[in-house]
Amino acid sequence: MPEIKVTPLGAGQDVGRSCILVSIGGRNIMLDCGMHMGYNDDRRFPDFSYITQNGRLTEFLDCVIISHFHLDHCGALPYMSEMVGFDGPIYMTHPTKAICPILLEDYRKITVDRKGETNFFTSQMIKDCMKKVVTVHLHQTLQVDDELEIKAYYAGHVLGAAMFQIRVGSESVVYTGDYNMTPDRHLGAAWIDKCRPDLLITESTYATTIRDSKRCRERDFLKKVHDSVEKGGKVLIPVFALGRAQELCILLETFWERMNLKAPIYFSTGLTEKANHYYKLFITWTNQKIRKTFVQRNMFEFKHIKPFDRSYTDNPGPMVVFATPGMLHAGQSLQIFKRWAGSDKNMVIMPGYCVQGTIGHKILSGQRKLEMEGRQTLEVKMQVEYMSFSAHADAKGIMQLIRQAEPRNVLLVHGEAKKMVFLKNKIEQEFGLACRMPANGETVTIATCPNIPADASISLLKNESLGSLPNPKRPRVLHATLIMKDNTLRLVPPSQAIKELGHTEHQLRFTASLQLRLPPGEADALTHLCNHLRSVLKDYSIQRLQDGSVMVESVLIKASGTADEQATQEVLVSWSYQVLYLVMDCPLEMYFEVCDTPWTLSFYVSVSFQDEDLGSYLMSLLKKGLP
Amino acid sequence: MKLYSLSGHPSLPCYILKFKFTTIMLDCALDMSSAMHFLPLTLVHSPRLAKLHNWSSKDGNKAVEKELKECAGRLFVDSAPEFLVPEKDLLDLSTVDAILISNYHCMLALPYITERSGFSGPVFATEPTLQIGRQLMEELVTLIERVPKPRASSKWKNKDVLRSLPSPLKDAQDIWSWRQCYSLQEVNSALSKVRLVGFSQKNELFGAVYVTPLSSGYCLGSCNWLIQSEYERVAYMASSSLFTTHPQPMDQAPLRGCDVLLLTGLTQFPTANPDSMLGEFCSNLAVTVRGGGSVLVPCYPSGVIYDLLECLAQYLDSAGLSGTPLYFLSPVASSSLEFSQIFSEWLCRSKQSKAYLPEPPFIHAELLHSNRLKHFASIHGDFSTEFRQPCVVFAGHPSLRCGDAVHFMELWGRSSLNTVIFTEPGFNHLDALAPFQPLAMKAVHCPIDTGLNFPQVSKLLKDIQPVHVICPEQYTAPPAAHPHRSDLQLERQPPPCTMRRAEALALPVRRRYERVELSPEVAESLIPSEVKPGISVATVMASLSTRDNKHVLQPLPKTPASSAKKRKRGEVLARMPQPLLWGSVSIDRLLQSLEKQGVKDVKVESVGDGHILHLQAEDSIIQLSADSTHIICTDEGLRARLRDVLVHLLNRL
Repeated sequence: MPEIKVTPLGAGQDVGRSCILVSIGGRNIMLDCGMHMGYNDDRRFPDFSYITQNGRLTEFLDCVIISHFHLDHCGALPYMSEMVGFDGPIYMTHPTKAICPILLEDYRKITVDRKGETNFFTSQMIKDCMKKVVTVHLHQTLQVDDELEIKAYYAGHVLGAAMFQIRVGSESVVYTGDYNMTPDRHLGAAWIDKCRPDLLITESTYATTIRDSKRCRERDFLKKVHDSVEKGGKVLIPVFALGRAQELCILLETFWERMNLKAPIYFSTGLTEKANHYYKLFITWTNQKIRKTFVQRNMFEFKHIKPFDRSYTDNPGPMVVFATPGMLHAGQSLQIFKRWAGSDKNMVIMPGYCVQGTIGHKILSGQRKLEMEGRQTLEVKMQVEYMSFSAHADAKGIMQLIRQAEPRNVLLVHGEAKKMVFLKNKIEQEFGLACRMPANGETVTIATCPNIPADASISLLKNESLGSLPNPKRPRVLHATLIMKDNTLRLVPPSQAIKELGHTEHQLRFTASLQLRLPPGEADALTHLCNHLRSVLKDYSIQRLQDGSVMVESVLIKASGTADEQATQEVLVSWSYQVLYLVMDCPLEMYFEVCDTPWTLSFYVSVSFQDEDLGSYLMSLLKKGLP
Repeated sequence: MKLYSLSGHPSLPCYILKFKFTTIMLDCALDMSSAMHFLPLTLVHSPRLAKLHNWSSKDGNKAVEKELKECAGRLFVDSAPEFLVPEKDLLDLSTVDAILISNYHCMLALPYITERSGFSGPVFATEPTLQIGRQLMEELVTLIERVPKPRASSKWKNKDVLRSLPSPLKDAQDIWSWRQCYSLQEVNSALSKVRLVGFSQKNELFGAVYVTPLSSGYCLGSCNWLIQSEYERVAYMASSSLFTTHPQPMDQAPLRGCDVLLLTGLTQFPTANPDSMLGEFCSNLAVTVRGGGSVLVPCYPSGVIYDLLECLAQYLDSAGLSGTPLYFLSPVASSSLEFSQIFSEWLCRSKQSKAYLPEPPFIHAELLHSNRLKHFASIHGDFSTEFRQPCVVFAGHPSLRCGDAVHFMELWGRSSLNTVIFTEPGFNHLDALAPFQPLAMKAVHCPIDTGLNFPQVSKLLKDIQPVHVICPEQYTAPPAAHPHRSDLQLERQPPPCTMRRAEALALPVRRRYERVELSPEVAESLIPSEVKPGISVATVMASLSTRDNKHVLQPLPKTPASSAKKRKRGEVLARMPQPLLWGSVSIDRLLQSLEKQGVKDVKVESVGDGHILHLQAEDSIIQLSADSTHIICTDEGLRARLRDVLVHLLNRL
């Protein structure tokens, strides 16, 4: 039995360092290659030694697919391709290819330059790695080799995020990466067609959450920011440079414009200008509304949002600052946080998910005294707010995607184990689908039962006996010969097969004679017989031939001689072994009120030689005599 | 498999392909050369055109004379221009299942088809094709609608009148298929039927065929189409290019070995190399500007203009003329410039990688930024305050029958300092200039057509190796302008089939196979037997279910007794075929078997190549020959036994 094997090296019952190995139809594919934000040691990268203990990965992997540019999905890519070693193709979308190297470089700088780590990938390695990237268009059917093909679908989430369908022959897997099923202010909703994959690998970050309407969340968010600014407080919003940042910027920008607010909004990253530029150039990846209006007004040109300078941190008066990174684990957002944490007038709004181990996660779980580097403790007096603006699908969205794609199996990754269990039960109950949630390093095997394709000759399918129009009530029975030769399967009509094999057909015919008693006054036996048969056998083709004999389908009924004085007529019934065998829906007693040998046909078994054919059926019908 | 040609223009194709129960329209281009017979629409009142004389006919038919004006010895129809639409009477267009668009120049007749023929299917196009096609249509509609002409002239089309007209109007082709321009509403409705596709996206049509757009390298988002079933492949090549310009290069590998190649859209100027034309364009332009004159470039708002701007900016820089203002006038100028920058995914590699930096892929962003290039919706409004001469004006319409270009022809035509440079290959430049004669202005013809030329085609055909080639009839003879250049024609063995307008052609492709899938249950139930080394056969008896034109073999159904009651009694539910018999029966083995069945008293008689067996006790006869057996027997029980004996001795399939 063919099977699909899946092993998460990362993101198995966890969020972070997404990396999933899939074996399908003899091909091995790595889905995503991310880093873990909660760790600074070996655990930050997936354990590639699972694939091989020594040497490069090229011969073990056919390709690598990156779903989007977030570091937990692509952060280990240069390490994997350049330090472990992989020379095969790496597939990603255009925006991902554009933005991914910038985030990798940023990540490298923080790790090497600030934290002083050695043995990390270099700028050159990032460049070399990106040279191995092959870009894919949305919905492009990309042939990796003769049999393996991949296809990208729009995933929402961030600019350029994609879901991937991986197909070998008739087996297929869909990997969602991160996705969002509701359109937001700058991106559209994820979409996939009814592709019925054997397996759907879906993220489950918000497996237990069902979010209220987006409008309410936005109103809440704006109210909190507004209240705080009114009171003269400073609002810190830690974000990643690309993604939610643009979403919230558009939100605040329109709010500021509407309310005519004056408090400054800053965006604190070297990337601002650049990041927004990416959005302008890849505007085809944003939502419909932005795409439609961009010629008149480009939504990514902000009037109220200005670049931040470090010296502004201690400026008096209210301000709103977007700072990177989003989980307060390093960088500018952490620095600003440290300066502002002491005042209860200030506020920090966490708009997204925080990985365990980060400061973001700690303050969200209610910790108010934080241990910082150098044994300092930091007391957090500022208000801590959490607003789910993450562009992940919630439980409802995940169920919706399953409904859309109609997979045969579901596998959950990129979520917390406890929450996954809840969603797993829900999927199993609601859809009756097998749902798996392997931990890292655990292999799941899914048996598939693909149909086997064969080349059927057109004459076979156009065969009259199949009935010209497909009738759902009537199964079309196909009788054919399968010829297996040189790895090809061909279905041909049996007569053609016999010819092809160099044999001749053997005709088997039967003839039986029968004395018929004619009713008084009836001279022509066959006319009478023909009328009788027509009234009894409505579904059959009954013809009168030139010489007076009767054809019922291919059974020939002929008179031999003429009727004698007793008005009996001998008829010959002649038919071939190939006469149609008819499946009928009622016992024959219907037609014969008195029958010496009552028998019923059990019609729903396949043909065996014990079953009766049309010829003998007619015989028994005629034996009963004419009315 | 059948092909219908609805257009006679080799570069403005419209075909219909019937393939496996589907009817697919390939492109629907609008032939606008008919507009050459009409007077230009002027945005500003032109006293010169107003003074033109009516045509004077022999029989003095005033109604007709009013419709036609005479200018420099030529007749022009005085009404809004009309265009030649694809043939509508060859077959019922409402039966078309889908329309495939290959590039934005080949879709301008779309509203005539989708809005006026009962067509109700999808239109497949790439995103740049849709957006730029929309711009071209919007521009055309705006240019025509903003100069309202009250009269639609039709009296001159009367057969008798037509015969008395002078050339070239008399010789105009298919005037009964000339139509006035569509409305903006029709454009929007037509384009709402477009389904966006990406390059190499395999699209299923009714489960019967797959259609895949493949980059053709001709313009932004342009493609060729591969239409295939599991066994047959038809390639439709529209305008394709192997020159390095801004679009993504041509993808020709998937076309290899196709059964049929429909070849259209070759270069319309096989003797004009695009690169040297571009050089000539720049040098002519620089000479005029240096001499204090201005240059008019009548062009479409998208396409070659991007390359022209890029090339021109560099040339002017090196020529020390960087101060020359460049104006781009079109109702869609700003959206054309903006849209071109967001399609980096559809561009050539060097332009694509600019977006990664991130920088706009086209240089015109920089030209706009530095105010060297300015764009306006029309000559009205801000343009008049900005206008400085000498300058270069890019404006539509390239036919010089409508749009701002008409105004500049009137404005600059009388000075020999100025130049008009034709770059678009779609219109004859002499015809275009005819209603502006007499002209003092210089006219330069630098057609830039990056379509395939004949050497490229013959190389391409060697690479693709199609089984059959079909092309417009024009390609199998040298072009009219160069009747002795036998190298400028398509030559191939066997010679390509040719088509002309309103012609149908049965394609020489016989379908032999269809894909059928065996469900795992059916596959498991098969009992293969090896009949020859390497060849195994198995009898398949299964139920064929066909959904969405996909055939799957399922095990024969076992109908539960309960549901059987609901059906009409005595109804025939299925017709089960019997296995086929082959081989021959050896008389000895038959006798042995009969004996086992208790049939002992058999008299055997040899006749010819066979035997006749008299079963004396049973009063039955078996006639046996090498390839047939006849059992004459009235006792049903015995007949069944004899049958089983024989069937057992024979091979079954």
